[in-house]
Formats: sequence, structure tokens, C-alpha cells
Amino acid sequence: MFELTKPQKEIQKAARAFARGEFDKELAQDMDKKHEFPFKIWEKAADLGFVGIHFDEKHSGGGMGLLENTLIAEEFCRRDSTIGMALSSAGFAAECLVRFAGEKLKSKFLPPVAEGQMLSGGAFTEPGRGTDISNLKTSAVRHNNDWVLNGTKTCMINGGVAGFYVVLCSTDPDVETTGGSSMFLVEADRKGLTIKNTGDKLGARMIASAEIILEDVRVPAPHLIGKEGRGYDQAQQFYTECRLLIAAQSIGIALGAFDRALEYVKGREQFGKKIAQFQITRHKFADMVTKIEMARLLTYKTAWDFDKGRKNANGAAMAKIISARCALEVADEAIQLHGGYGYMTEYDVERFYRDAKIAELYCGNKEALKDIIGKAAIGKIR
Amino acid sequence: MEILQFTEKHHDFRKRLRAFLAEKVTPYVDQWEKEKIEPKQIWREMGQNGFLCTEIDPEYGGIGGDFLYTVIIGEEMAETNHTGLAVALHSDVVVPYINSFGNAGQKKKYLPGCVSGDIITAVAMTEPGAGSDLAGMTTTAVEEGDEVVINGSKTFISNGIISDLVVITAMDPAVENPYQAISLYLVEDGTKGFERGRHLEKMGWWSQDTAELFFTKCRIPVANRLGDKGTGFLMLMQKLQQERLVTAVGAVTAAEKILEWTIEHCKSSPGGAKPISKYQANRFTLVEMATEVKIGRTFLEKLVADHMEGKDIIIETSMAKYWTTEMVKRTTDKALDLFGDAGILETCPIARAFRDVRVMSIFAGTNEIMKSIAGKFMGL
Repeated sequence: MFELTKPQKEIQKAARAFARGEFDKELAQDMDKKHEFPFKIWEKAADLGFVGIHFDEKHSGGGMGLLENTLIAEEFCRRDSTIGMALSSAGFAAECLVRFAGEKLKSKFLPPVAEGQMLSGGAFTEPGRGTDISNLKTSAVRHNNDWVLNGTKTCMINGGVAGFYVVLCSTDPDVETTGGSSMFLVEADRKGLTIKNTGDKLGARMIASAEIILEDVRVPAPHLIGKEGRGYDQAQQFYTECRLLIAAQSIGIALGAFDRALEYVKGREQFGKKIAQFQITRHKFADMVTKIEMARLLTYKTAWDFDKGRKNANGAAMAKIISARCALEVADEAIQLHGGYGYMTEYDVERFYRDAKIAELYCGNKEALKDIIGKAAIGKIR
Repeated sequence: MEILQFTEKHHDFRKRLRAFLAEKVTPYVDQWEKEKIEPKQIWREMGQNGFLCTEIDPEYGGIGGDFLYTVIIGEEMAETNHTGLAVALHSDVVVPYINSFGNAGQKKKYLPGCVSGDIITAVAMTEPGAGSDLAGMTTTAVEEGDEVVINGSKTFISNGIISDLVVITAMDPAVENPYQAISLYLVEDGTKGFERGRHLEKMGWWSQDTAELFFTKCRIPVANRLGDKGTGFLMLMQKLQQERLVTAVGAVTAAEKILEWTIEHCKSSPGGAKPISKYQANRFTLVEMATEVKIGRTFLEKLVADHMEGKDIIIETSMAKYWTTEMVKRTTDKALDLFGDAGILETCPIARAFRDVRVMSIFAGTNEIMKSIAGKFMGL
């Protein structure tokens, strides 16, 4: 597998060309400041098939795999970390439909996501609970042909801008920990649903983050995604895919910071020579490319596993840890190489650094991921 | 035995300062962060209460305090949860140039105002083409009779907008050796030919303004030169030790504060949940963070004691500046991991700290420069 296929290379090239042509630096800095989603660029990206490339063709997707989706996220984030993260999260949690929903829900809700008419969001985390989504307080109770939802979710990606949300609820309070939860699709305009923006963020500022409050929100029975009682497992599977996507975003962020640092050190002279000519600079770049190469190999390999039908949850967790760390370290070094300029908003690397830290934190921080990897590595203890 | 010997006087000073900051600064920090500048009035109040330029002699309105006052101010400023209000820059970096190298006339004219907060100062060294490498400076100062004509531009000047008096570095184009060409001059706000450029936007330090400064045929009296002509580089070298030590004070005190917040967060149990400090990995991380902070504190205090004794600690100061500013970055990064999703939000103090501490390994001489200096003086 040590080479991308021809179609994959073409997708990579097309994504790169699109990002070059459409992502505007000043606009990005402005939207970052205002915490705005890049609606116009998103619509164009969707028109060209960059959103939902991993959805089925009959749902307006590209019928491709996670590796192709990885390549797009990487190219987008490389050109601009914040726009890239926002665009590659446009269909956040729609993967839950792709993997688990019946045809009816899929054909109604996936095409608008892929076509750039609707954003999707996910509501899993509960206030004060972080990564732990067992023992949920948010509940769904069956009432004739409806489910009635009550509770509060936080850190909801695309909260307030999405057309629908995938909401994880407890459906059987008698079942301890993970077994009693189910997943529902809730349209944003359902009665009883309130969105509260959680305010300014450190990074990934073009992605809205909000709290969702559900008060007797009724959804029809067919809005149950997948199987009743299987919500936790489905959410974990979605998280796994999502971690792979964040790994891809992280590689893009690292590459983008690297590109900018490279340009800077080749142009800037201090002490009578280019910064690029100092040995310490050479070694810094050696460290950066090495980290990027490691992250890329692990991420591509894991995406490839998925596309071959192997749900490599450990690989995705490892890829996210390594890639997000790589993004943060490379962006940090890029700032350092820029000196005072690196700290200024005008020189994108500060934004890449803030965005990289978010990649390290969301969708499972490294402590939670290490628990997963470590348990698998140790196996049973007699 | 404590390394630093604080007296009753120091303790009283700290108590007064803490009460002042809690009442006059901390409640307004969020507003200043939004406005990207702090009001001049707070400088006046700091000055009137004796919290600026503590080293200045009573003759000029100061308290003639030792370096421990600087340490106290650094520690107490960290309590305000922001890094604007660049008191240390004014009191311990810029004004000391006037205090140490100014003549009686200059000191009489400017120091009382610096102490009272009526004169806020900045130092303009960095240029678009001359960051770490001062010899790359292109701002010129040509002395013509009683006047000096200054031409050039400066950038990344902290307090660039708010300052009333700027100490600038400029070189005489007639002198070939750049190190013998640099002189320091005092330029007052409102001088013809002295313009402020953009108020630069940056990742952090939002309530402290950073700007470009432009000098176009800016004429000042030759009496505004600090010290002898061509001795600017030597003056800078003498004072940079203190600037770096002050930076280390800022780094260590920030790290201590961040650690304190993090421990508090990790020990809390919202809704009766298990405190995350009870997880072994988190506990180890917290211990590692605390260890680094302690090492930084101990190293710092030893250097403060040496500095107060007038010892030559250029190597150690360079090491401390580089190590403590890296340490505070590591501490903040791990703190954010422990805060998790909640730390992403700007309402969490760690988010601001993450943005603020990143500059410390760059300003006051990048850490690469610190290692170069230490290496040189170690004879490597």
C-alpha cells in the first residue's frame, strides 16, 4: 500500500488546488476572530464533492473511503488550519447515519449534508463529564410512536448552525453504564430544543461549539439511529472514525506550519546568513519532517485498514495521539522559528498552533485514548 | 533556610499590593483584554500607591527598594490572571536605563513621572529586519549640533501605543563597527517626526499593546542621549541580564499560578464525580508539573540572590530564561490536557494562559539566543 492510487492522487491534487484557489488568508483571520463558519467556501467545497466523499453515491457522496476523506482534510488544513478544520467537520456525526441508520433516514438527511445545504452536529458529551459518555443523564422515553428527549449536552460541534444533531440518550436507566443508551436524529427546529453558544474558544474558532438543552423534545420512532440499546457502541465506533479525521486534520496543520516556517527561514537573514543556514535550524526541520512522516504513515495505514473493512480502533487512537502531538510540536517550532513575527496574528502560525491544541483535546484526549490502547496492549490479566 | 530574605517591610508591601490589585486590576482584566489596551489611569494609580519603579531613590520619588520588590510585584501580578499591564517592563527594564545611565538633568526630568505613573515608558530595540541580531539595525541617529535627527522604524514595541516616553536604539551611519555605532535616546510622545504605526494583533497579551513606531526626520535635543555616544550596545548588554531575570520571574510565577488552578480543578468533584486527580496517570502528571515548577523556583531564587549581590550570572540567567520559559509552556500545555474540553473555552483561565505564555520563549531574546550566549560564555 506504500503508494496512493491514481484516483487518490487526483483527489489530493484537486483538494490542494481548491484550497489554494478558495481559502483566503485575510478572510480566515477575520472569521477566526469572529468565530464564524466559512459558509461560502463550504458550499463550493460541497459542490465539488469534497464534503461526504465517504458517503454512498446514492446519497450524493463520492462512494469513496476514509483514506480519500483523510487526504482532503489534510490538504484543506495544510492550506488553512481553521478553514480546513471547519470544512472537514461540516458533516460531523453524519457518519453515524452512514454506518448505522436505515435507508429512509440516510436518503433524507445525507444528501443535504453532502450537497452543502445542511451542516450536521453531534451531541454526546454531557456537562462536567468530558470524554466519559457512559451513564448518561439525557434520557429518551418511548411514548406511542414518538421518543421524548430530555437533558443537556455540551461541547456540541456545529451547535447552532447544523440542520440536525445526532443525540446520544439513555433509553434504559435500569441498565448500568454503557448498555442502556441509544442514538437519535433530532432536527434543529424541533420544539423544546434550545441551543446555547458556549462562547469564544482558544482555537478551531470557525467550528461552533454549543450546549443543547432538550425539554420534552419529541422525535418520531424512526429517528432512532441503529439499534436501541446500542448507542454507546455506535458512538464509540463513530469516535474511532472521528479520531482518524482529526489525525488527518493534524497532519495538515503540521504541514501548513512547516510550509510557512520553511518559507520564512529561507527568506530571513540574521547574523549575516539565512536562518535556514544555521545547524540548529536544520535539525529543527529534521525533527519536524520526521514527526510528520511518522504521523502520516500511522494515519494512512489506519485509514487503509478501515477501507479494507478492518475497524482498527487502536490504530485510530494511536494516529490521533501521534498526529495531534506532531501538529502542536511542529506549529510550536514554526512560531519559534518566526521569532516575534510568529506571535503576531498576521503570520498564521499562531493560529495553526491554537488549532493544533484543539486537535489534541477534542474527541477523546490522549489520556482517554491511552486507556483504550493500553487495555488492548496488555490484554487479559490472569 | 529561605534563599530570599523578605523583611516585614516587604511583607507589608506585598499585602498592600495584593489588596490593590484585587480591587483595581483583577475585576477589569476581562474588559482590558477585550479592549486590547489598559487605561493610563491604572498606571497612575499604581504609581501613586508606590507600586512602580520601586528601585528608584526617594530623591526622585521612589522607595529605593531592592530587587525583592520586583519579585513581589511579579508574583502578585500573576494573581491577576493576565499578562497585560506591563509593569515589570516599565519598572525593571526601561526605567533602569534612565536610572543607571541618565545624567542628573535627565533623571530629574523623567524619573519622578516614571515613578508616579504619569510617564509610561517603552524601549524600542527591535526592527523589522533586526530581531535577535541587533547589528542588523538600520534606524539612524545623526547628531547635528545640539540636535539629533532620527530616521527608521521599530516593531513589536510593547507599550508602543500607551507610552509617553520611548528609549530607542539607533546607530550612527558614520561609524563602521555596528557595536560601536549604537546609542540610546529618549524620545517623548508628541515629538515631531515620531509616529505610531499599527497596533499589532497577537496571540496573547491582549491587554498590553504592541505597536510599530516610525521616526521620520525626528529631531530631538542631543541632551536626550543616554550616556556617551556609541555606548548603547554596552548599556544594553548590562541591562539585559535584569530583563532576562525578570522574564524568568514572570515565567515561574505564571507556572505556579497555573499549577495551582490545575490542582484545584483536578481535586474538584463536580456532581460528586471521582476527582480526576484520583486517576494514577493524572496524579503522576501533576507531580511532574509540580516538580518542574519547584526546580524553576529554586533556580530562580538563587539567581535573584546572586543578582542582588551584584554577581556576574550571565550564563545562569540565560539558562534560566530559556529553561523557565520552556517550563511554563510545558506546564500550561499539560494543564490544558487536564482541563480537557472545558479548557478550550476562553472563559477558562488556562485558555488565556496558553496564549499568553507562548511568547515568553521569544521575547527578551529568543531561547536560541539564550543558548548562544550561555554557550559563548561557557567557552564553547
